[in-house]
Amino acid sequence: MSISTEKNSPGRPSGWAAAWMLARREWTRFFRQKNRVVSAIVQPLLFWLLFGTGLRGSFQGAGEQGFLEYFLPGTVALIVLFTAIFATISVIEDRREGFMQAVLVAPVGRLPVLAGKVLGGAAIAWVQAIAFLLLAYAFGTVPLGWSVVPLLVMLAIMGLAMCSLGMIVAWPMESTQGFHAIMMLGLMPMWLLSGAFFPIPALGGDATWGQAGLHWVMRCNPLSYTLAEVRHLLYPTVDFGAAGWAPSSVMAWSVSIVFLIATFSLAAYLMRGSRKADLVV
Amino acid sequence: MTSVLEPTISVSQVRHRYGDREALAGVDLQVRPGRIYALLGPNGSGKTTLFRLISTLMPLQSGSIQVDGIDVAKDPMGVRAAIGIVFQSPSLDKNLTVDENIACQGALYGIAGRTLQARRDEVLSTVGLTDRRSELCKSLSGGMKRRVELAKGMLHQPRVLLLDEPSTGLDPAARLDLWEALTGMAKDGMTILLTTHLLEEADKADELAIMAEGKIIASGSPEEMRRELGDGLITVISQDASETERIVRDEMGLEVQRVQQQIRIRCHSPAELIPSLAARLGDSATTITLGRPSLEDVFIAKTGHRFWAAERDAVGVGQ
Repeated sequence: MSISTEKNSPGRPSGWAAAWMLARREWTRFFRQKNRVVSAIVQPLLFWLLFGTGLRGSFQGAGEQGFLEYFLPGTVALIVLFTAIFATISVIEDRREGFMQAVLVAPVGRLPVLAGKVLGGAAIAWVQAIAFLLLAYAFGTVPLGWSVVPLLVMLAIMGLAMCSLGMIVAWPMESTQGFHAIMMLGLMPMWLLSGAFFPIPALGGDATWGQAGLHWVMRCNPLSYTLAEVRHLLYPTVDFGAAGWAPSSVMAWSVSIVFLIATFSLAAYLMRGSRKADLVV
Repeated sequence: MTSVLEPTISVSQVRHRYGDREALAGVDLQVRPGRIYALLGPNGSGKTTLFRLISTLMPLQSGSIQVDGIDVAKDPMGVRAAIGIVFQSPSLDKNLTVDENIACQGALYGIAGRTLQARRDEVLSTVGLTDRRSELCKSLSGGMKRRVELAKGMLHQPRVLLLDEPSTGLDPAARLDLWEALTGMAKDGMTILLTTHLLEEADKADELAIMAEGKIIASGSPEEMRRELGDGLITVISQDASETERIVRDEMGLEVQRVQQQIRIRCHSPAELIPSLAARLGDSATTITLGRPSLEDVFIAKTGHRFWAAERDAVGVGQ
């Protein structure tokens, strides 16, 4: 047995290499849990088919769209949201199972831990969303065109922002039960009120007080903007302003990018320094 | 860079509080390079707090700690690069293989590519896990997981290795293997600091400090500590301990210590003392035993408690 300790230890490691490794770890873990892979795609698919078919007759959207078409972008958002949530919830397990303690005493600081989780989770969410969209394109539910390129970029932004949001929620938590509560009370309503399920009511002459209230709540939801642009890029020829309120593309991109920067920065701020939560007893 | 004479780990006047409870009450400690140093103490004695402060897991409240010449408070990242840590609780990702776990550790310490492969082969052969390297960690036994932890801790060739209760969950054979590995590393110049609540484990270290109630109550090599107590230790168990204590102390003029129903007498020529003790105490003494002082005796001599009793008290008070 011999270990050479005479050599100097390597210098300060690169944060990016550490982040990349942590992101790859998310990826590896995800594909080793087959039930996660299946449930993340099958559940939204069922949602889409059941709601899309069931509500077909009682919905009339812009451009003669049925609910199956209208609900498609919402389903994609749901896939991204679910996958991002399950990817970031793993930070609680990492801490409980002890893996995190080795990461937190490494000479790289906290930012790579955040970047690794967010990049890894977002990559998984992105690929799942693409897998679902491939089905939709294959069945001809949506027309395939050039807009698929910016669509992929927007989906990546959505994945990164949702994972950052997930880290904000998951980092201070000590149990996964707490996360589920936040998910049902915060993240699901955020999805429901993003225009995923029904159009954002327009403010017009015949709008009721309730519709006006809903309009402003949904208008303040950053996810509404991302989703509106995803919808627009999926169906570039349809004018969604005709059946409810829709932001302009410039507005949608700006809000989505600012939201990503804001959530990531807030997560980085929350994770800084030594906290009680770092200690694994 | 430290020279041979300077200590690799230097702790001075460290105090730490958790709210109202004082976990460390002014600790001083020096570990010289290439030594295996054990922090021995019952649960709740403050050794884990000290371990966390040295490993930069918690911010220092007062006092100073230097590791390999680097100040823990001023440059925690520098300290982190110089130390390897093996935690008491597992820090492996069970859903990854042994190789993948070590690769993760490599990325965190800036080791990749060929260097990673070479180092990984080396540490895995050191801990004897080369043939299990592509298995998922959840399929390994407790002892093997511990060895993977050790391999992770040594991967970046730290000058200082910190281990928190390294024998926890290991069977006797695995403990022997672990110590063989540690001794080999220390011989190659690595400084090793470990915490333990096992007396027999601390006995194997080059030096140790006994901790109780947030203080170091004795330090030195195990041999030195025992020698301090004299050549022999006589333990008398009798029906009436108070009466025996009175006789031995007041009538025979010996230095005694009472621990529950035991009367302990330290002396340098026990062979001569035993016959007179037996004659004087007669039938009231159930047993008179002579033994070489153990570390538990050192602990009792310094604190007046039995080791395990101190542990129970500390746990009873709450951590």
